[in-house]
Amino acid sequence: MSTTTVKPIKPWAASPKDRAMTGLSFFLSLAVTALIVETTPMKGKLAYFFLFFLSWFIIDSLFVIGKSGTKGVRDALAAKVTLLGATIVSLAVFSILWATVSRGIKGLNFNFLTENMRNASLFDPIGKGGILHAILGTLMLIAIAVFFSVPMGILTALYLTEIKGKAAPLIQFLVQAMSGVPSVVAGLFIYAAIILNTPLRSSAFLGGLALTILMVPTVTRTAQEVLNLVPRDLREAGLAMGATQWKTVALVVVPAARSGLITATILGIARIAGETAPLLFTVGVFDSYNFNPFKGDQGTIPTVVWRGLIGGTPESVQRAWTSIMVLLTVVLIMFITARAFGTKAMKKK
Amino acid sequence: MSIDAPAKAIPQPRKITTKPRVSDQIFRAIVTAFSFSALVILSLIAIFLLMKGFNTLKQQGIGFITNFEWSVVVDDGGVETAHFGLQAMLIGTVVISFIALFIAVPLSVLTALFLTFYAPERVKRILVTVVDLMAAFPSILYGLWGFFVLMPMAEYWAKLIHKWLGWIYIFDLPDPIYTRSPFIAGIVLSVMIIPIITSVSREVFAQTPLDRVQAAYALGATKWGMIRAVVLPFGAGGVVGGSMLGLGRAFGETVAVFSVLNIVFRTNFQILFTQGGNVASMIIQKWGEAGPSEVSALMAAGLVLFILTLFVNFLANSVVTRTVKSGR
Amino acid sequence: MNTPVKENDGNGNLMSDQTNNARPSSLSDVSANRERNKVGGTAPLGTGLEARGVHAWFDKHHALSDVSLDFSAGTVTALIGPSGCGKSTFIRTLNRMHEFIPKTSMAGQVLLDGKDIYEPGIDVTKIRLQIGMVFQKPNPFPSMTIGENVLSGIKLAQLKVDNHDELLEECLTRAGLWNEVKDRLGAHAGGLSGGQQQRLCIARALAVKPKVLLMDEPCSALDPGSTLRIEETISQLSKSMTIVIVTHNMQQAARVSDYTAFFLSDGGPGQMIEVGPTTEIFSRPRDERTENYVTGRFG
Repeated sequence: MSTTTVKPIKPWAASPKDRAMTGLSFFLSLAVTALIVETTPMKGKLAYFFLFFLSWFIIDSLFVIGKSGTKGVRDALAAKVTLLGATIVSLAVFSILWATVSRGIKGLNFNFLTENMRNASLFDPIGKGGILHAILGTLMLIAIAVFFSVPMGILTALYLTEIKGKAAPLIQFLVQAMSGVPSVVAGLFIYAAIILNTPLRSSAFLGGLALTILMVPTVTRTAQEVLNLVPRDLREAGLAMGATQWKTVALVVVPAARSGLITATILGIARIAGETAPLLFTVGVFDSYNFNPFKGDQGTIPTVVWRGLIGGTPESVQRAWTSIMVLLTVVLIMFITARAFGTKAMKKK
Repeated sequence: MSIDAPAKAIPQPRKITTKPRVSDQIFRAIVTAFSFSALVILSLIAIFLLMKGFNTLKQQGIGFITNFEWSVVVDDGGVETAHFGLQAMLIGTVVISFIALFIAVPLSVLTALFLTFYAPERVKRILVTVVDLMAAFPSILYGLWGFFVLMPMAEYWAKLIHKWLGWIYIFDLPDPIYTRSPFIAGIVLSVMIIPIITSVSREVFAQTPLDRVQAAYALGATKWGMIRAVVLPFGAGGVVGGSMLGLGRAFGETVAVFSVLNIVFRTNFQILFTQGGNVASMIIQKWGEAGPSEVSALMAAGLVLFILTLFVNFLANSVVTRTVKSGR
Repeated sequence: MNTPVKENDGNGNLMSDQTNNARPSSLSDVSANRERNKVGGTAPLGTGLEARGVHAWFDKHHALSDVSLDFSAGTVTALIGPSGCGKSTFIRTLNRMHEFIPKTSMAGQVLLDGKDIYEPGIDVTKIRLQIGMVFQKPNPFPSMTIGENVLSGIKLAQLKVDNHDELLEECLTRAGLWNEVKDRLGAHAGGLSGGQQQRLCIARALAVKPKVLLMDEPCSALDPGSTLRIEETISQLSKSMTIVIVTHNMQQAARVSDYTAFFLSDGGPGQMIEVGPTTEIFSRPRDERTENYVTGRFG
């Protein structure tokens, strides 16, 4: 073909001159900011940040106004203001991550992950004792919550996507309402319903129940989204072969959505792993191993952090940061795994 | 063919009924039964909190909402006089939550606009993950960060605000103590609800009908002109709904607020001052040393909080659903 | 490449285009016709719109190859051809709407009154003010009233207008909608019928006084009655502006247009096969493929 010699171009993309102008206004603004901060009483990071954006707005507007008038200035300004918003949000996230890692890493040592606190107190030097008991406790709580909330969540999602009964709108509404239940209320409820009424006292089991209340809505909503992605014709193919609905769901729909359902579970776990308030009512605190889920208080990472924060000494606060770093690492790994499974689920379709 | 027959009668649509097989009946019964777990759990929460908090509600009456005194006094004869009033806590909760909204809504809308319309593909992918990640941070982490990292900075911001805007009542304060104030609690909460509002807004913005977007561009609109004429009117409902979901979360947040707020049973609108109220945080603060009558009061407080968040969530969800459905 | 008709129309600047492989399309008739055109190629209509060697890509996919077309001022040109032949892509390159699709690229030039609208540094919003567009599906802004819709372009482009009411009436009249809506300008546009909405979109496009109006299958979502009204509107408008219309409907092309260009893709990128006065394209096309298409043998 003779036309292949024509080169595709993007005349709308920024030209080198445009880019040079953008760079120029950027660096000019930096310079102006530095100048202002040096010569006036306005000091500090806050001054740098806002003065930079302010001078960038002004300088860039001067550049743009020559090219495309006030309309262009407003447009360029809007772009920068949205960037400012996104930057502030990102700064908050990175501040949180940075604080966790930079402060948490200082207290991390072998003992911290392999010991319990039976012979150490929160106020002892950092090398003494660890949070293995709390890690195990949190895992136990998660296992209990998963045991209850995954079947509940997935079956509710199946009702909403497969059976679509008369009550579906009501259920949908209730699931949404449930996702707004404050965590402290979930804890209070388990306390009111079980601890005040039965001989059962605080234990990992009760904590798992409280966390179930918080986890079910997350699992349900994610599972519902995933099940809705399963193509209709897959279901119809199953039914057309004369399979019962039960067989179709069990052998066609659920397997097709499997990785998505795993995502739903992981997101649910990420939601509850760091919950603190309900545990104060239902699990209590404990400094050593307790392998009986039905009896006795249990150590958990969130409550270790909580006590460390309340404790207020440098050692206890250090323990809090390191513990939260461990917890956050676990949550992030789960989150990324969930994403990976999620993308896989999408790609299959 | 009997055309002579009274053919006028419009045929009734035939009812199609199937009798599901036994296995299907069982399957449907089980799934349906489980789907009602949400209803059961929500009802049980209401019932048990009401049951355990009933004494307080009966004793205090409407005063439980309108009074702001919270005290249990046992006199020498062992007779207990209790005053439980949530007013300061409720007002405090609302004040802090609105500070959070005031900060979070603009930032979230800007971030959502940036993600939907301005960010290059790579930046967008990273930032979306970051925002989703924010939603997965445990609330105790926000508490820790709020206390140790944010508070020193926010104290400085509060001083600046007081210096320049102190002549406005809410930015004035009786004593120069700026830590653990509603202002700081509001900032922490705003960071917590930003991911909620951002993701709802982003979803709604992304659904803006393409033909309207093109219509605006074809009329010579700049990107910002297009956003104002098309995206914001279309997405306004979603932003409102997302904000209310965020508000629901803010009402119920416990440990993060507790870490950065000095809870005092006195109504305070001077947001920079170290004195505020919050129902959820008050519950865990009082829990440790609560006697039986106070436990009952805390249960009642939990019930109030439960109803409040349920109501806000209900409103939020109906707003979001309505806007997404109507396509406006 | 077997291009059916290669005639040099003697138009020097077409040949001098470097990106163009010296393959001007058959524009001789068009150029000749320009002479007998109502407005002598000067203001206020300008000298019309001209595409030179336009290519378009979607990512790696070459969708449109080397189209050169001259739209003289004050004419109606219909672009016809089967689905996927690149005619919609082409019309969207004419007012730079093509670039909204991610990963697209293009080559060639589009000249409005002799000036390249793809010139670097040009303000693209000003281009779109001069080259208006009406889309397949009526797309009024539902949050605005009928009146606000018509004037939305003025607001979006921040233009100064002395008398809004006058402009409103003028645009709605030209779009053939005034009598139907003059009593309910404050009503929301969603209450109008599909055909009325489309005429409202035309009125909206007219309000910013474009020199050229692009119409991308404006009647494909409408019933025959509404289609007829739109066609009448087009005939009225053609007295005062240049119109390019993409259509699937050959009768429509025959009814409304002065010139017709036939597009076709043989599996590769879409190309323009033939252009000429509408009567000739439909009565005695030079290319066999054109003939097959207009006689309904395929497409």
